[in-house]
Amino acid sequence: MLAPIHPAYPATPAQRVETLTPAIGLSHLKLLEAESIHIFREVAAEFQKPVMLYSIGKDSAVMLRLAQKAFFPGPIPFPLLHVDTGYKFREMIAFRDSIARELSLDLRVWRNEQALADGANPVALGTQRCCGLLKTTALLDGLRHYGFDAAFGGARRDEEKSRAKERIFSFRDRAGQWDPKNQRPEVWNLYNARISPGESIRVFPLSNWTELDIWHYILLEEIPIVPLYFAKERRMIVRGNSLIPVEQSFLNSLPGEEQWVRSRLRSLGCSPCTGAIRSDADTIPKIIAELVSFRSSERANRVIDHDTDGSMEIKKREGYF
Amino acid sequence: MTTQEAIPQIEDNGFAIDEFLAAEAAKDLLRFSTAGSVDDGKSTLIGRLLYDSRNVYEDQVRAVTGKQVSLRPTIDFALLTDGLRAEREQGITIDVAYRYFSTQRRKFIIADTPGHEQYTRNMATGASTADLAIILIDARKGILTQSRRHAYIASLLGTRHLVAAINKMDLVGFSEDVYRKITAELQTLVEQVGSHALLTIPVSALEGDNVVDRSTRMSWYEGPTLLEHLESVPVGTDIATQPFRMPVQRVIRPDQNYRGFAGQISAGTIRKGDLITVLPSGRSSRVASITTFDGDLEEARAPLSIALTLEDELDISRGDLLSEPQRAPQQATSLKALLVWFDNQRLETHRPYLLKHGASMRSARITRVVQRTNVHTLAEEAVSTLGMNDIGVVEIELTLPIFSDAYAENRASGSFILIHPQTNATLAAGMIRSSLSSGSSRPQPRGVLLLDTRGTVISRDVEERLIAAGTQVVRTQIDDAAILHSLLSLGLIVLLERALPVDVLESLASAGIHPIEAETYQPAKGELHGQ
Ligand SMILES: Nc1nc2c(ncn2[C@@H]2O[C@H](COP(=O)(O)OP(=O)(O)OP(=O)(O)O)[C@@H](O)[C@H]2O)c(=O)[nH]1
Ligand SMILES: [Mg+2]
Repeated sequence: MLAPIHPAYPATPAQRVETLTPAIGLSHLKLLEAESIHIFREVAAEFQKPVMLYSIGKDSAVMLRLAQKAFFPGPIPFPLLHVDTGYKFREMIAFRDSIARELSLDLRVWRNEQALADGANPVALGTQRCCGLLKTTALLDGLRHYGFDAAFGGARRDEEKSRAKERIFSFRDRAGQWDPKNQRPEVWNLYNARISPGESIRVFPLSNWTELDIWHYILLEEIPIVPLYFAKERRMIVRGNSLIPVEQSFLNSLPGEEQWVRSRLRSLGCSPCTGAIRSDADTIPKIIAELVSFRSSERANRVIDHDTDGSMEIKKREGYF
Repeated sequence: MTTQEAIPQIEDNGFAIDEFLAAEAAKDLLRFSTAGSVDDGKSTLIGRLLYDSRNVYEDQVRAVTGKQVSLRPTIDFALLTDGLRAEREQGITIDVAYRYFSTQRRKFIIADTPGHEQYTRNMATGASTADLAIILIDARKGILTQSRRHAYIASLLGTRHLVAAINKMDLVGFSEDVYRKITAELQTLVEQVGSHALLTIPVSALEGDNVVDRSTRMSWYEGPTLLEHLESVPVGTDIATQPFRMPVQRVIRPDQNYRGFAGQISAGTIRKGDLITVLPSGRSSRVASITTFDGDLEEARAPLSIALTLEDELDISRGDLLSEPQRAPQQATSLKALLVWFDNQRLETHRPYLLKHGASMRSARITRVVQRTNVHTLAEEAVSTLGMNDIGVVEIELTLPIFSDAYAENRASGSFILIHPQTNATLAAGMIRSSLSSGSSRPQPRGVLLLDTRGTVISRDVEERLIAAGTQVVRTQIDDAAILHSLLSLGLIVLLERALPVDVLESLASAGIHPIEAETYQPAKGELHGQ
């Protein structure tokens, strides 16, 4: 994957972990890792039925690795739940299944089958209602179905303004809703894991990681990720500045709109709502180099966050991640 | 939906990814928080800091740029962090926002906290993990009650560095007199709250003076800009050199052959072969291995998350504490502690609350409120209870003991939270001042047994050196187990001039006492035995 690198940059992950520490103290990635592992272990100890929400993207990949580390040499002591909207990229699903097999994970998949049978899609319903049914409702139903009382999510505070406000242990009421104006104080690393029946906690072990930290960690730890993140020639509907991956039959292209474009995805969502970017970055160092040169945030290519001002906050209040 | 218009030219612009990553990996981390009264410009300052250090994306700036016709577009910097709808509507901060940025030298985690008194607990949330706090003062208003309260909370929480930003200098004509007057008042405040000297920086968050770029309008100020200061304060803390502590979070037991005790080292350093004591059992064993996913380690230090295996089969479970044998924490069922009360339900004495300390949870009752600090005057007042945002000292009784240090000595083993057993609300943050009594029939030995068989002349030198270091030493040739036990339980350093018989060694070992070579022993700073 990665060949060149600096003489000062050690070749194997083990060497890197050892040497990549600043003159005083530990590197920031080691500090973030230690904090995340602590969080995983607290949750596994304090809750009856925790689950990790696994969304297949880069953040989930890092979260999964951290969970492996937290319980090593034991197995991960909780299942993974993928909330499948039915519109995920085929490459994502294939990747998910191969990782689950390779690591012998207890992976559960939950879909809002009723809504899908009724023909829910973002074109027919609009992105807000579609997300509401296929993501939020599906998530809440899935959590309720299995009776999970704590759910790990890979959200980071640097992703979006309302996420920047969220606690590491984020309390949800019986309806799964978040009340941003009345969050529990969270001091030091002493997390209050107490809940009443029906209530739950969303836990964000990657809260303090940035997008760059995630990529850097993936590089150092050689964490496998979905190939969609790497640039190659892909079939796209080119519409204005947008690149919409050709994957779903309900997206009709106009003559000439469908083209081969060297492109990649910066964040993985549902195929109709996740724009690709033109890119040459086909290795992780190149992705990092590209990231550093970017002038827009990673969610800028997601349609769903821009429908209304504060749309993420509204979705989060309703129970979305 | 937008996409990049052009493919960024990665190879051609001279950007060397390998060098960039090596530099990234070598960066350290500073966590800081803001503090101060409502509207004195905390969020604006953070927005300005992010913007001027080029740490915001264009789409984020666009989203907070006002679209005034005829006027040039203005950026509302506070909206870069005030991310909740209610905050944007009311123009105030309600809850902490965490922001992340980095410079050539360092990574930063910012907690931008609310100034409004009602949300003091959110300020404490943000400040509890910070190494540095920026206290903002509106130059027109001087030091307000809330600035005082926040400065006080930050110093109680042991925030290592405090810096004051005298803001809105543009509204006082960049006056040096105003700056000097507030600086003098601040020095008095800082002495009152018991912190060290304080750097004060005159800034205009709105216009960017002395935030990242040096102001051209305050040539009388010769100190660093805010960012220069943030980049240069020392961060490597001394927690790795403190006595070893690790609360056991979980026992990892995948099969019969492996039994590891998982936790995050909260203080000190541990090596393979080191002796540790398990509390509360008081049993000791040696570290057989330090296990991580990345391979076994020879040595690990705070704050790494690890798993340990021990040479002996000891009964250890979640909530136990692994400690260095010589400098173990105090066992206590009765504590004196400082509380910052969060909940709008007032403190009720003698009501059972839950106390979470490390990985252990205990039932606890507050038996007495000793005093409350008046945040206007910082004077101590006698009260019978504490209400929301009050800060006071209380006495607490526990049903089962905890093993703790004073907060001033060890943040992790000196801190706790109180939880309401019915509502589950987090009621208060607690910082241990002292343990009032040892509730155990078998007190933990705190003494140190030193062995020196090099002869009396040398031993006497060692004794003198230890006395000069402020410790209480007994030099002896007695090898009677009972006498040694009682000397050590007084907390003395016992300097033994002869080797011990095996049975005496075993008897001491069963109480967690293991002799160490006098030659290599260094008394820890602040460790005054026999007090
Ligand atoms: N003239 C001037 N106005 C400023 C300056 N800094 C902030 N302001 C204004 O002061 C007002 C309050 O600023 P905020 O940044 O929201 O204050 P805050 O301290 O974050 O307030 P809370 O978080 O609610 O406690 C806004 O209208 C700012 O534009 C400054 O340096 N000069
Ligand atoms: Mg603010």
